[in-house]
Amino acid sequence: MKTVITAPEGTPFVDTEREFDAPPELIHRAFLEPDLIVQWLGPRKYEMVIDTFDPRPGGAYRYIHRNEDAEWAFHGVFHSMDIDNMVQTFEFEGYPGHVSLDQLAIEDIGGGRSRIRGHSVFQSVADRDGMVENGMGDGVEEGYDRLDELLAKLGEPVGTSR
Amino acid sequence: MDQLSTVFGALSDPTRRAILARLADGDLAVRDLAAPFPMTQPAISRHLKVLEHAGLISRSRRATARLSHLEAEPLRDATAWLARYQAYWDERYDQLDELLARLQQGQATATPEMAAKPTKAAKSKKGKKQRGRNRS
Repeated sequence: MKTVITAPEGTPFVDTEREFDAPPELIHRAFLEPDLIVQWLGPRKYEMVIDTFDPRPGGAYRYIHRNEDAEWAFHGVFHSMDIDNMVQTFEFEGYPGHVSLDQLAIEDIGGGRSRIRGHSVFQSVADRDGMVENGMGDGVEEGYDRLDELLAKLGEPVGTSR
Repeated sequence: MDQLSTVFGALSDPTRRAILARLADGDLAVRDLAAPFPMTQPAISRHLKVLEHAGLISRSRRATARLSHLEAEPLRDATAWLARYQAYWDERYDQLDELLARLQQGQATATPEMAAKPTKAAKSKKGKKQRGRNRS
């Protein structure tokens, strides 16, 4: 299943939508329990380590993705843990001062299935794009000179926008 | 259609992507662009028109040849961050799928080899990249 990503032009927003073959409560647990989170939140090829995790309004979290050579740390504060309104701030420590406000809602769509809707608000359009370039790629400074590599990635559609 | 949709539309065709890749090495006239393709110059011109409309190339006239020039900016805007964002979410949500399947099969919190146990291992609050750190 592919995540549907909507990034309206000229706005600092990104919306994501994805369906899962699991009931909402189970997905909620996967977001709230550290021993479950480390099994899915990090990039597959990195180890994920949780430094701090206090899932209550006002509680902080900090986690690290790492490989043999480097680490990338992220932190933020939880504001709401409600299944239909999970709200937290998110900051990549390699790009300090650029914080996004992330909201996730887990909906029951029947038949033991769920839909996660995410809405992220960045401080600016540049931050939205910069957050991805700086913090969400595989962490390697690939640079954008290699246009042909980019073009190779275009072999399949990469998303939708409206 | 907004700019991003126009760009994606323009990129949806393999010939147009091949044209962009060739222009990455420098500006070219239509006849040079058409050379490697089993298609006529007018057909290539139609593709160029689509690319120009999407802002992916610009065209100028030098002597009698009309040169096509790659405009990388919309391509970066449209693809670089969005492609990475897509990959980021697809990967983490695919892993969530796998975890949810394990949980529903009753393997409660069984940790697969690839996942690490949560620890207090990270002492640094700096979050800077630290070279040479060993896996525990």
